[in-house]
Amino acid sequence: MARAAVSGRLIWRVATLAEARAETASARTLVLDVPEWPGHLPGQHVDVRLTAPDGYSAQRSYSIASAWTGDGRIELTIQRIPDGEVSTYLTDIFKVGDPVELRGPVGGWFVWRERQTAPVLLVGGGSGVVPLMSMVRARGAVRGRQPFRLIYSVRSPEDACYTGELARRIRDDAGLDVRYVYTRQTPEGWPEPAKRISVATLNTYGWPPDFGPDCYVCGPTGFVETAADMLVALGHDPRRIRTERFGGTS
Amino acid sequence: MGIISPGFGGRRRSSRSDLPPGQYLTPDFPVLSAGPTPRIPLDRWRFTITNESGERQSWTWSEFQALPSEDVTVDIHCVTKWSKLGTSWRGVSLDTLLADTDTTADYTMVHAYGGYTTNVPLEDLLDGKAWIAYRYDGADLEPEHGGPARMLIPHLYFWKSAKWVSGVEMLDSDEPGFWESAGYHNYGDPWREQRYQGD
Repeated sequence: MARAAVSGRLIWRVATLAEARAETASARTLVLDVPEWPGHLPGQHVDVRLTAPDGYSAQRSYSIASAWTGDGRIELTIQRIPDGEVSTYLTDIFKVGDPVELRGPVGGWFVWRERQTAPVLLVGGGSGVVPLMSMVRARGAVRGRQPFRLIYSVRSPEDACYTGELARRIRDDAGLDVRYVYTRQTPEGWPEPAKRISVATLNTYGWPPDFGPDCYVCGPTGFVETAADMLVALGHDPRRIRTERFGGTS
Repeated sequence: MGIISPGFGGRRRSSRSDLPPGQYLTPDFPVLSAGPTPRIPLDRWRFTITNESGERQSWTWSEFQALPSEDVTVDIHCVTKWSKLGTSWRGVSLDTLLADTDTTADYTMVHAYGGYTTNVPLEDLLDGKAWIAYRYDGADLEPEHGGPARMLIPHLYFWKSAKWVSGVEMLDSDEPGFWESAGYHNYGDPWREQRYQGD
């Protein structure tokens, strides 16, 4: 494994909710104004801290969905987890103009850098697409020429985030393509039945190992274990498969 | 105390004295690793201690299994905020493994199959504070949780407890490991909430 980047001391900042939008019935994107945000790399996350009037506080980590464009804003897409102490607050209660504490950016391994020239395979399961979307957006922002493929596994069309933007980017961002895998319910007229991601999926829609792609896999633990194992079985170099596992958090 | 989040009540799950600051309890055993899960055949598994002069002491799986083991029940705390209390493990104490190591070093680098590294002061591996664990909750340790064997250093954040551990290297001077180079705290004491550099 290569060494990752060093970042400075992480201080808590008070961010303000500038805008919010629903991505799906259970996922909400928060557009946050963050004073003196130092910028971030796509794939990094922030820690969010909520504090109750009696001083009780709870922290969770959330991947950044946006690319850094220097405007002092970051976007987080929060998947509501039933009974989630922090996620339900952020999806249901937190409103425009409210403050929230966060610190970051955190993480120097599950990141994509503009200087990487290898083809990129992004494999996302459910809300695991969030840091991958940040990479797609970062590449778009600099008009990157690196071949990018996103394989996005979701339960149904209604559960997919960013579909409109991805459709636009497939059209406008040369060299980007996206393959959806529906695990429970497909759109009308979809050429294959609902199914889980398989070796065949990754073999057909991913890059061959001899192209030397950088692979990023993010999602629930079971999904990441399975997809990363399949990539290794297909001959990808384990050192070029970066994973981020969501699980057990609420 | 931070600023108040309007409308946030919270569950007050961390009012317990056995939960470090900023942590919450989980009944699950979440998995966190930077890459795919390596599979290490037992006939090729080795655990190697290297001192600062480069002298090595190595155990095969059967030699390692023949060492005296201990059953321990400990709380574990992940930097991603989950804690799991009362987890039970079987492993070989680092006191046993380091008994014959000739060293004056103060620091170590823990190495793992797959290339992961994490640095730990030597004194944090000694005196009953660390084990090479190979059973969890009464069963062989699963690969995704670090099997066949992982480091277990429960008094530090769990990234210090390297999965798929392959050895410990004595160092005269401290060097950052994998996550420590990526902005995480060099030491990682959950009770002082040492998550990131500067905490």
